[in-house]
Amino acid sequence: MSEPPLLVVEELEVRYGNLVAVRALSFEVGAGEIVGLIGPNGAGKSTTLHAIAGLVPYASGDVLLGGKSLRGGPPEKIARAGVALVPEGRRIFGSFTVEENLHLGLAARRSTGAAAAVESVYGLFPILAEMRDRPAGALSGGQQQQLAIGRALVAEPDVLLLDEPSLGLAPTLVDLVFEALGAIREHGVTVLLVEQRAQRTVALADRTYVLGNAELRMTLSPAEAGDTERMIAAYFA
Amino acid sequence: MTPFAAINAQTLVDAVGLGAVYALMAVGIGLVFGVLRLINFAYGQLVMAGAYTLAWTSAWPTAASVAACFAVVLVLSIVLERTVFRPLRTQSPAVMLVTTFAIAFLLQSIALILDLRDGTIGEAASTFASLNQAVSVGGVDVRRVTIAAIVAAAIALGLLALLLARTTIGLHMRAAAADFTTARLLGVRADRVIGLAVILSGLIAGLVAVILTVQTPLVTPGFGLKETIIVLVGVVVGGLDRLWTATLGGFAIGFATGVINAALPTDKTVFLPSAVFALVIVVLLLRPGGLFSPRGRATVVERV
Repeated sequence: MSEPPLLVVEELEVRYGNLVAVRALSFEVGAGEIVGLIGPNGAGKSTTLHAIAGLVPYASGDVLLGGKSLRGGPPEKIARAGVALVPEGRRIFGSFTVEENLHLGLAARRSTGAAAAVESVYGLFPILAEMRDRPAGALSGGQQQQLAIGRALVAEPDVLLLDEPSLGLAPTLVDLVFEALGAIREHGVTVLLVEQRAQRTVALADRTYVLGNAELRMTLSPAEAGDTERMIAAYFA
Repeated sequence: MTPFAAINAQTLVDAVGLGAVYALMAVGIGLVFGVLRLINFAYGQLVMAGAYTLAWTSAWPTAASVAACFAVVLVLSIVLERTVFRPLRTQSPAVMLVTTFAIAFLLQSIALILDLRDGTIGEAASTFASLNQAVSVGGVDVRRVTIAAIVAAAIALGLLALLLARTTIGLHMRAAAADFTTARLLGVRADRVIGLAVILSGLIAGLVAVILTVQTPLVTPGFGLKETIIVLVGVVVGGLDRLWTATLGGFAIGFATGVINAALPTDKTVFLPSAVFALVIVVLLLRPGGLFSPRGRATVVERV
């Protein structure tokens, strides 16, 4: 039998009061994979990431990382267990320097070699090295997204959860973000990517799950990125 | 004679001394507000507890008496955090504020019961009575406690600034104050930064207790209450969203109180709070976001 998947979401159900935001959701992310999660607004994509990261409690179901349950853990414990969430809107610390933002990411790091990890992020995103002593708020939107991703990577997480990294960025900057995701894949980081840009996500990811109305609707392979009709059908199903 | 004739170098030094004490209290309140979004109205009662400890241990060697003061304030701070603030962390700011009111009155009542054991209200803290003597500095008579307060505040604030700017836990505290949810997502331990903020805040309350008992040796259950109210006003005037603006606000209101106190005729000092609060209203009308907030900047910190 092959090794179990790195991240397993089992029958996840999240409610906000009477509203069911995620219903009976099950999926897996294998080590080294990039897995996409797409769907219309309100489908439950961000809520799923928030539940995995410990920001919202779930009514039932479980999330397993390397076979161990993350259920009920506070966000900092889950981060230290190896799950890094790059939140929607980036949420960088604008009045802190670029370097301080990266050093904050080290809080969840489990092994030594912090300095090398920061240098490796500077290698991945050279603009951050150039701006390291500037306030992070002075960076452009795309650079801030690089910083947010870099800040997660310095912890060397087992899984990187990305919540709409291209949201609010100019088209050229969106290219930059997807390039960065490609670079991250080269580093062997496991990624769960929530995105609005469905076609690009399906093309990039090893496998893409389509959520609709709090439920899993279908699974798409990269080959289906050009199949617009099937994707539209998935959105309106 | 104009009222301002009374404002001389002596007045200014005293006003700086008062500003230093209020700045310390503002930091103590601001540190906890930063990580808990909790305005601790009971902060003055921590100072009061330290002052009573100093009074009751007056016969002890000075170092032991001061150590007991810091120990009592620290233990009380930690107990309050564990039993009250932590369970209420997810409640609304209004609930937390009202709770700290309740704690303030509870602590005052406990102090009253303990104080009345000898049949009189008020205990004398005489550990540092010698600090009340004046020394001449460049022709100006300055009470030693004023110099001690300014030096102690400068050292304490300097050490705190270094801790926040240069250490990892300081970085974590600043991050928690700016955006607690994101800080936790990055692995910053909530309990640890809150615990450190409470301990630092408690240490500062202990220091304030030592300084205030020199200036006002008679300790009563209301000790520190008036100062807390004025400091809270100063903190709001400065802007509570950032620690340094809150600190400057505390200093500013202390300094203003010292100067207005000297400018008022002796028989009119009863109007001191009215004059200070009138000034506060004018400042808030002109700068609603606080004295030190950049124009047009929203002071509400956005959170996830």
